Amino acid sequence: MNILEFIKQPWPWYVAGPLIGLTVPTLLIIGNKAFGLSSSLRHICASCVPADIPLFNYDWKKESWNLFFVAGITIGGFLAATFLDNPNPVEVAPATATLLNSYGITDFNDLLPAQVFNWENLFTMRGLIFFVIGGFMIGFGTRYANGCTSGHSITGLSNLQWPSLVATIAFMVGGFISANFFVPLIFKLF
Amino acid sequence: MKDIKYAIVGIMFGIVFVKAEIISWFRIQEMFHLHSFFMYGVIGSAVMVGMLSIFIIKKLKMKTIDGVPIALEDKKYHKGLIFGGLIFGFGWAITGACPGPLYAQIGSGFTIVIVTLLSATAGTWVYGKLQDKLPH
Repeated sequence: MNILEFIKQPWPWYVAGPLIGLTVPTLLIIGNKAFGLSSSLRHICASCVPADIPLFNYDWKKESWNLFFVAGITIGGFLAATFLDNPNPVEVAPATATLLNSYGITDFNDLLPAQVFNWENLFTMRGLIFFVIGGFMIGFGTRYANGCTSGHSITGLSNLQWPSLVATIAFMVGGFISANFFVPLIFKLF
Repeated sequence: MKDIKYAIVGIMFGIVFVKAEIISWFRIQEMFHLHSFFMYGVIGSAVMVGMLSIFIIKKLKMKTIDGVPIALEDKKYHKGLIFGGLIFGFGWAITGACPGPLYAQIGSGFTIVIVTLLSATAGTWVYGKLQDKLPH
């Protein structure tokens, strides 16, 4: 196996987790920036439609590093999917695969189920829930909670902030309720 | 361009997201059904490394490469952490993404996620509009 083939395999958690953790000191050392990604949505609002809303009236250009960071993530996603693509189906735990089969999800070739995440679904109830309502809850919830998985669960917990622990528990409780009750219901109804 | 360095860190980060399949909708379902240790391992080891790094930075009173003392703001508690956190959690399990992975999903070719990102931006905007009417 050559190096490229080795890298193309799915990376284990004990490689990915520490690399993500190292983002925290990297951003601090190169520019005193706190790792957090939901802020990017706020900066987009502030730069495009501030509309006299206090939350969006600040000099977003001073925070432009965050927009460069998320642009980088988009490019990184493109590079990995284009040049380092794993030719095999994604890893899915057998119990999850069985469960998803019962929802009608049978295509495990890509990182997202192509049966749901496609443009044809946009103007269906399923599309409305998965893209529009789901996305809205991410943006509304993270700003209300003043951070997301990166700002609270990684940076906040790393910095021993107890409010971040409260937020992380709320994220997880919401996720468990949603995955166990809402998601099956959505597949059943629509 | 002083901000290019952040784009480079972002590129590395995006590659990790895709290669460890963290942006996979399937991983999120596994996590919330306790079918796999993977995501817990990722988040847990990321926090351990982050915690150790911040401990060292504070202990050595490290400075940035430009010589500025490194400082992190404290997170303040308010009820919105719970209400907002739950709402985000609902959206997280449905979309299979938090804000960071949304960008990597788009980059990796799922262009439909642009709709999710626009809607997330709209959600942030509506929160801003309603901020003083919501319990905090």
